[in-house]
Amino acid sequence: MTQPPRPARGNRLDPWFDSYAERAHGMRASEIRALFAVASRPEVVSLAGGMPNINSLPLDYLAELSARIMRENGPKALQYGSGQGEIFMREQIVEVMRYDAIHAHPDDVVITTGSQQALDLVTEIFINPGDVIVAEAPSYVGALGVFRAYQADVVHVPLDDDGLIPEALDATLTRLEAEGRRAKFLYTVPNYHNPAGVTLSEERRPRIVEICKRHHVLILEDNPYGLLGFDSDPLPALKSYDADQTIYLGSFSKMFGPGYRIGWAAAPHAVREKLVLASEAAILSPTMWGQMVMTAYLREYDWYTQVKEFRGEYRARGNAMMSALQEFLPETRWTVPTGGFYTWVTLPEGLDAKAMLPRAVTNLVAYVSGTAFYYDGQGADHMRLSFCYPTPENIREGVRRLSHVVHAEMELVDMFGTGPHDHPARGVETPTPDQV
Amino acid sequence: MAAPTAALKVAVVAGGLAHERDVSIRSGRRVAQTLRDEGMEVRVWDLDAHLIPRITEWQPDVVWPLVHGADGEDGSLQDLFALLGLRFVGADGHQARIASHKPTAKALMRAVGVATPRWVTLRQSLFRQVGAKGVLDAIVTTLGLPLVVKPADGGSALGVTVVRDATELPEAMVGCFAYSDEALIEEYVEGTEVAASLVADGDGVRVLPLVEIVTEGPYDYDARYNAGRAEYFVPARLTSEHAEAVREAVSTVHEAFALGDLSRIDVLVAADGTVWVLDINVAPGMTETSLFPQAAASEGGALYAEIVRRVAEKDVTGPGISPALARPVETVSFGDSTPPAAYEG
Repeated sequence: MTQPPRPARGNRLDPWFDSYAERAHGMRASEIRALFAVASRPEVVSLAGGMPNINSLPLDYLAELSARIMRENGPKALQYGSGQGEIFMREQIVEVMRYDAIHAHPDDVVITTGSQQALDLVTEIFINPGDVIVAEAPSYVGALGVFRAYQADVVHVPLDDDGLIPEALDATLTRLEAEGRRAKFLYTVPNYHNPAGVTLSEERRPRIVEICKRHHVLILEDNPYGLLGFDSDPLPALKSYDADQTIYLGSFSKMFGPGYRIGWAAAPHAVREKLVLASEAAILSPTMWGQMVMTAYLREYDWYTQVKEFRGEYRARGNAMMSALQEFLPETRWTVPTGGFYTWVTLPEGLDAKAMLPRAVTNLVAYVSGTAFYYDGQGADHMRLSFCYPTPENIREGVRRLSHVVHAEMELVDMFGTGPHDHPARGVETPTPDQV
Repeated sequence: MAAPTAALKVAVVAGGLAHERDVSIRSGRRVAQTLRDEGMEVRVWDLDAHLIPRITEWQPDVVWPLVHGADGEDGSLQDLFALLGLRFVGADGHQARIASHKPTAKALMRAVGVATPRWVTLRQSLFRQVGAKGVLDAIVTTLGLPLVVKPADGGSALGVTVVRDATELPEAMVGCFAYSDEALIEEYVEGTEVAASLVADGDGVRVLPLVEIVTEGPYDYDARYNAGRAEYFVPARLTSEHAEAVREAVSTVHEAFALGDLSRIDVLVAADGTVWVLDINVAPGMTETSLFPQAAASEGGALYAEIVRRVAEKDVTGPGISPALARPVETVSFGDSTPPAAYEG
């Protein structure tokens, strides 16, 4: 037989294939990410995304405010600024944190590009590959993505309706010490947890701080939803119990809007210094324009009344979600949030939320599979439903569609005798914005 | 001085609600940019309620449907374009429907003498009525292992599982039925994985350089769309005889199915030279990592422009009287259709 010319090497369609860092090798776009492309269509009721509903923001006022700042201070607004963030912004943030019972100094605050960048910076300065981070089970998908990128080892600790379980945390930290593995920090979302929807009880808060202090483990307290309790003001932040034990992450993304991408970290002095250096290396300085507009908004506008309006909207949506679950999916179990954006649904035995997602997309409803919120592939029997963005009517319709999906899947699973299983983590699956 | 020739107006339709929306949009944008670089005026539209008003208003010379999966490749979209009297790239609705429904296509491949792995097609409702265990046992007994379980329609390897142990089959079925109510269960064949891209050429068809795909694991969604996971050899590292056998088989399929302007046909070439035809794509993917663009790379954007110009010259008799709608009813024999005795009485 005649042989054709044989290329010695094939083409991988990526000339830099052999140049990537080891941590990038697992980065990939999954079919789950692709399915979320459909969720952007208006026909689909997305119970997946964590997009805040910001329609009630005073847009005319903000337009005038923005124009005034640009007219009067344009050259400054469009210039570089301080790597730590501007003092006027940090002063306002100190005032915002008083609602969480935190009494900080503006010098304690580092402005970041959303609190997501603060998460990245904290992980960068503390975590070597293989270091242990302790986090709730389940945990925020965006944090897990950062932890994976820095090649951390995440150890989950269970939570219940009152949040992180202190006894389980103590036992986990003790076990890790016995194994010669010290946890670098505890990552926790104490208020209206993403994705679990639960809130750490006031009684447990000092206990969590005490346990971490005893084990010499830093606390990374992520609090994007703290002001969004349906009927109540925030509980005291963990940082309010011991400022030196805790790095607190805050954000304007949920209490205002994510468009300016302004978040912050309030950290002990020595940590803050390193965060500033790391942030300068990454972005030089945060958005000056955004800080000027946000500062003016906080100074001039009755922003807390606006937050209360958001609370009312989210309360109505949360109630719609609870009613719809009761009406259409009584065979599932779910957490009952008192604020925030999410409820955490436990599926009937045998169902696999990740495997079921294509059927949901076909039925024009989307959710996030529980597997996204675990480091180790657990969570297939859970799904996160968000109620922040769709109208109450659409939430009801979405859950109605979801009930058809669940019931069809129950029949299928019953027919084939299959069950959920852990989905082995296949490397870094960076979340889509619709999963965050 | 002669007036400049008006640029051809091309509407690329991409997106839709199918599972492959993301791939489709990427394909659409890429084709659009290529055609713009060739001097054409191009708009990219989603498959939504704005589509018909946009078509009516802009009056494109040619429509290039790049919606993947159901709606895009099952002939519905092509029939819509025919109803609207539009010239469009690719097979007409009737042919697209036959080619994209895998079990139908495999039956027709057999009828025209092309090898395709043995298969059965089972709807979810059948399992409901007769119970899963007996059916699954019969599948393993008859087709053996390994098996490939895939949705009867759709692409990008979504819902596809290679089953190597009988205990894996139930989960593979559940995964498949998440994408479609109908499952194709196919005998697994070993061989070199090759993609053949074809374009109309005069009255015949031309096979572009064959693309060989090498992956460490299955050529799944991840391997298809994450550059680096798969390694491609163009032309495929086949003997000249095997390459010719592939070209002959895929040309037979393209012409028998009347796939028209372009297609991509996926085959496996066994060590003994058998060319197993697996799948027909009437709207092949056009993303950065897709196979058709790799095959067309040596010809560049000129090939895409040639396809569009060829379509622009097609006869269209007017709305509602497209060639597809005007075609007399044809019957295709699938061989001996006498039912086995067991079916009688």
